Amino acid sequence: MRVFVLDLVFFAVLVLVAVPLGRFMTRVFAGENHTSRKILGILERGIYRAAGVEQDKEHTWRAYAGAMLAFSLLTQLVTYAVLRLQHKLPFNPTKLDAVAPWLAFNTSVSFTTNTNWQSYGGETTLSYASQAVGLTSHNFFSAGVGMCVAIALIRGLARSQRDTLGNFWVDLVRVHLYVLLPICLFYALFLVSQGVIQTWEGPASWAALDGSTQSVLRGPVASQEAIKMLGTNGGGYFNANSAHPWENPTPLSNFVQMLSIWAIPAALCVTLGDMVKSPKHGWAVFGAMTFIAVLGIVAATWFETKGNPVLARAGAAVATNLEGKEVRFGVPDSALFTVVTTGASCGAVNAMHDSYTPLGGLVPLLNMQLGEIVFGGVGAGMYGILVYVILAVFLAGLMVGRTPEYLGKKIDSRDVRFASIYVLIPAFSILLFTAAGLLTEAGRSGIMNAGPDGAPHPHGFSEVLYAYTSATANNGSAFAGLTAFSTQHPVFYSLTLGLAMHVGRFPLIIAVLAIAGNMAKKKLVPAGAGSFPVDNTLFVGLLVGVILIVGALTFFPALAIGPIVEHIQMTR
Amino acid sequence: MAKNHRKQHSLWDPTILRPAIAESFKKLDPRTMAKNPVMFVVEVGSLLVTVLFVRDVLRGTATDVRFSVQLIVWLWFTVLFANFAEAMAEGRGKAQADTLRKMRTTTMARRIRRSGEETPILTIGFDDGGEEIPATELRRGDVVYVKAGQMIPADGEILEGIASVDESAITGESAPVVREAGGDRSAVTGGTRVQSDWLKIQIGQDPGAGFIDRMIALVEGAERQKTPNEIALTILLAALTLIFLVAVATLEPYARFFKGSLGIAALVALLVCLIPTTIGGLLSAIGIAGMDRLVQHNVLATSGRAVEAAGDIDVLMLDKTGTITYGNRQAFQFLPVAGVEEQELTEIATLASLADETPEGKSIVALATERGIMPKLPEGATFVAFTATTRMSGIDAGERLLRKGAGDTVTALVRSKKGVIPADLQGLVARVANEGGTPLVVADGDRVLGVVYLKDTVKPGMKERFERLRAMGIKTVMITGDNPLTAKKIAAEAGVDDFLAEATPEAKLAYIHQMQEGGRLVAMTGDGTNDAPALARADVGVAMNTGTQAAKEAGNMVDLDSDPTKLIEIVEIGKQLLMTRGALTTFSIANDVAKYFSILPAMFTGIVAFQVAQGGPRSSAFWALNIMRLGSPTSAILSAVIFNALVIVALIPLALRGVFYRPLGAAALLRRNLLVYGLGGVVAPFVAIKAIDLVVNALHLA
Repeated sequence: MRVFVLDLVFFAVLVLVAVPLGRFMTRVFAGENHTSRKILGILERGIYRAAGVEQDKEHTWRAYAGAMLAFSLLTQLVTYAVLRLQHKLPFNPTKLDAVAPWLAFNTSVSFTTNTNWQSYGGETTLSYASQAVGLTSHNFFSAGVGMCVAIALIRGLARSQRDTLGNFWVDLVRVHLYVLLPICLFYALFLVSQGVIQTWEGPASWAALDGSTQSVLRGPVASQEAIKMLGTNGGGYFNANSAHPWENPTPLSNFVQMLSIWAIPAALCVTLGDMVKSPKHGWAVFGAMTFIAVLGIVAATWFETKGNPVLARAGAAVATNLEGKEVRFGVPDSALFTVVTTGASCGAVNAMHDSYTPLGGLVPLLNMQLGEIVFGGVGAGMYGILVYVILAVFLAGLMVGRTPEYLGKKIDSRDVRFASIYVLIPAFSILLFTAAGLLTEAGRSGIMNAGPDGAPHPHGFSEVLYAYTSATANNGSAFAGLTAFSTQHPVFYSLTLGLAMHVGRFPLIIAVLAIAGNMAKKKLVPAGAGSFPVDNTLFVGLLVGVILIVGALTFFPALAIGPIVEHIQMTR
Repeated sequence: MAKNHRKQHSLWDPTILRPAIAESFKKLDPRTMAKNPVMFVVEVGSLLVTVLFVRDVLRGTATDVRFSVQLIVWLWFTVLFANFAEAMAEGRGKAQADTLRKMRTTTMARRIRRSGEETPILTIGFDDGGEEIPATELRRGDVVYVKAGQMIPADGEILEGIASVDESAITGESAPVVREAGGDRSAVTGGTRVQSDWLKIQIGQDPGAGFIDRMIALVEGAERQKTPNEIALTILLAALTLIFLVAVATLEPYARFFKGSLGIAALVALLVCLIPTTIGGLLSAIGIAGMDRLVQHNVLATSGRAVEAAGDIDVLMLDKTGTITYGNRQAFQFLPVAGVEEQELTEIATLASLADETPEGKSIVALATERGIMPKLPEGATFVAFTATTRMSGIDAGERLLRKGAGDTVTALVRSKKGVIPADLQGLVARVANEGGTPLVVADGDRVLGVVYLKDTVKPGMKERFERLRAMGIKTVMITGDNPLTAKKIAAEAGVDDFLAEATPEAKLAYIHQMQEGGRLVAMTGDGTNDAPALARADVGVAMNTGTQAAKEAGNMVDLDSDPTKLIEIVEIGKQLLMTRGALTTFSIANDVAKYFSILPAMFTGIVAFQVAQGGPRSSAFWALNIMRLGSPTSAILSAVIFNALVIVALIPLALRGVFYRPLGAAALLRRNLLVYGLGGVVAPFVAIKAIDLVVNALHLA
């Protein structure tokens, strides 16, 4: 039980953070006058004036989606250009060359979609300018976009007989100005206090004991680190990500990093409850998320603590599986971090998921396949779980003999259609791209783990499955065994993973906004004894059941071929 | 429940069963199947496996023929069983429709004026005027003449005449009812029989558009359009089918990566087991059976949508008179005027009522008897019946005229006899009226004796019914023409949630509008022409069969029993319809867990990469997932497919009868159904597949 003490403390602090942050966000998105607005309001209005945004002109769902798409794709293009031209741009102390075209495509897509899949080694491929301008900006934007979409959906649920969902540009400006930027400012300072570096200078060099010169690359790390976590981006400055001592130096920084991944997603539950005027419903959603999170944490911690029986049989002294883990963090911290990062669409890692035991590694895989709704990506987790809520309520409604209604809105075939699309697309993307990866020579060449004599091995299968799961779910973490970019095969993974990331992001957002638009138009039906309550434990159980059943049924065969069979082979 | 249920067909009635079996094969036509995406996938898969098997047999490369043949047979059974469920439902509907249709086809009609003609209606009293034509040739606006003993050829409105009509063919009520021109009792239904006198009826609609015709089309399933909830569910089922299609189809490339192959037969078997065939196969049967149940309750609906809306009703508006209370009022008190003993008033009132067969008259006698007053009818007394013009009744005993009736006519009679109207009469009449009662003034010749207080009484059992509605989350509203004070009294007595007093048609309409603006769905019953706008406005408008044609046209259901409390059953049928769909969907999806555990281990045992030791299937790492310990890979696959096919047949009775419904709150209902169909759906197939596997192995089938 002692291994779970950390987890209990973690959830307690998470609630303490989520409540005030969630309430604050409600006020931010409602455009209320809060303290920070009194200070930054001039800036907000200035931006609107400069950009020609009419603050009071709201968007229909189509216009909202259009603005979101235009903004995302345009900024993606800018990042692509920056990466391709980094050798001609300033702030490139190590004189790095232009990023290869397909790698630049993959990376720009990756950061635009809040995935932060890194086919490149951070510090050895990208200049300071590329990291700061090309990537860090997206760390903010992609997080902001996710939150805007979640808020638009919640507005759609809260409103009745309206055609509009709010103004995308206004939401985007507010989320940056009042939520992301201020928190990151203080957060980065905190990280510096823990020992995270923040410098524009080149690599640090010194003479090693043997007389050779050793150099370690540096850079503006703390500023990127803050939004990497808070915005559930996960793209590390260093290749080793949060296992690197300059990204994650102390137990406290590790704790706060995990906390910051789930802070906004958890707070959005409070915002949901506030905005739909049913705080208990917000907590019910929070409860369902927590329940699934706890399942994952217990499973991951359990299997990692139990370790590898093959090693035990070989007479290894330590039974717990510490391969690929930072000894500084050990099993509990690593397991919790893994669940947190894959439950959200973060993808930052402080341990190598590839080195987990088969079933320990199944946890992050399944977490992503369930759609990252265990608090989830900033915004993305909220709108993801709300889609599941709609499906759950639809089934529940039928079972109580009423046209299903959610928060007083009757669920019609249009809602079910878009919710189905939301569930269908990721399943298609993950399963079909994995098949493509396994069937092609280019795909197979990236696989590291094979059985004796190079025979195909379940772990090799899992590497490919993990890659497309991570890309589609916009997570960005990897079973690092997979070589996603090589000079022999520069196109295959860059292209297919890039496509998977796009497919896993924008069509889903459009489906969500379509639901939001449809919901906003509906009349509110007052709840009665005949309508199904969405704020009790029964609802939580139903929601968890629908999520697990739908996710498990979709991915059980693939998981059986990968981690499950690997586990059986290992224990035989 | 309705007093007189239409004949129910037993579930396995051979007259329905046999044609249904033939129909199951006819429905294999892919054009028909394509309407049901889930079962269409099963059919395509079965066809694929069959064609490949035949090809292999012809080439001489077929392996494991016995297993393949059984698999193919059971795959086709899956499709056929689903078709059979639908055919059964349609067959039961057809049986209902045939009964309805019989009323129509044999009828001949005597047309006395064609639609659109301006000629005067032929004079009455002869049999050879007009033309004799089949009822099916009648057009809207035609006028027909129907005399005693003849069948009314089609729905219509009485233009002239008064007759007693036997409506038992539709309502099951044996007592004939009076139908007459003008007023709220002028509508007649095709298929009913005139018992006395004659009627001239203007036909209400072209053939094929009457209520019975619409209902025939609906119960036969021919005109059945998918309801909104059914469409939404079909989308969800199609999405699940697509997900499983991809999840199964990608297994082959995954197997290829491990240098193996799974084979089409096993993949199709897995796919068919995973996609929601249980609900997919029973979905249309559930819908048709819902309509069928409605007909059994003697309610005709114009659309399936209306039935579904009934399940969603939040507010139920019920007329007070005839629904909540007995329309006929009962004697409650005898109120003598000053100077008259109550004894005398009671005696005279009773004498005036002795020969009176109306419920009011009988209740006066009953009340008097209760008080020990039983006067004898004087010798030679003749009974004077109530008429619409005199509005009073009583007896003539020699010179004495004993009367009871409406205040103004009785006092007019007394005045004509030079009698004096007591000063306090007006006060008594006003008092009774103010309390919501009906005052009957009693007179003996030129003397006014007093007033009989007739009071409306609430029907027994109403309170319990409203209690039940409240448990379902439905608010009841009583509509009455009474003043608010009286309305409040009766509302409290009956236990309704709210009342609408002094209700005019406009007030009813406004009330419905106000409820709907608040997002509530409103149901109401009505019979009069002035109810028509409100019936049309309400989400569920149930017109009484005794009502006017206008009322019937405006509503979306007609209750042949003319029982306004029938709405409660209609609501329950609507809810039951949705619940059956939800329960079977949940059951269907929950089943997949066990099916995975039986088929998946079996499929992969042949792939060498997963062997953990030398030897047969048992040495595969995948066989460790065979947690049910099924006999062999082939028996595991076969058992799952057999279970999947049989479960459709096993659930046909549930689909046709609907799940058990008890009026409970939503949370309690959900908990119960989740337990039964969710948890039960996970557990049951583990047990059943294991049992089938034991049989399959015992018989050495695989």
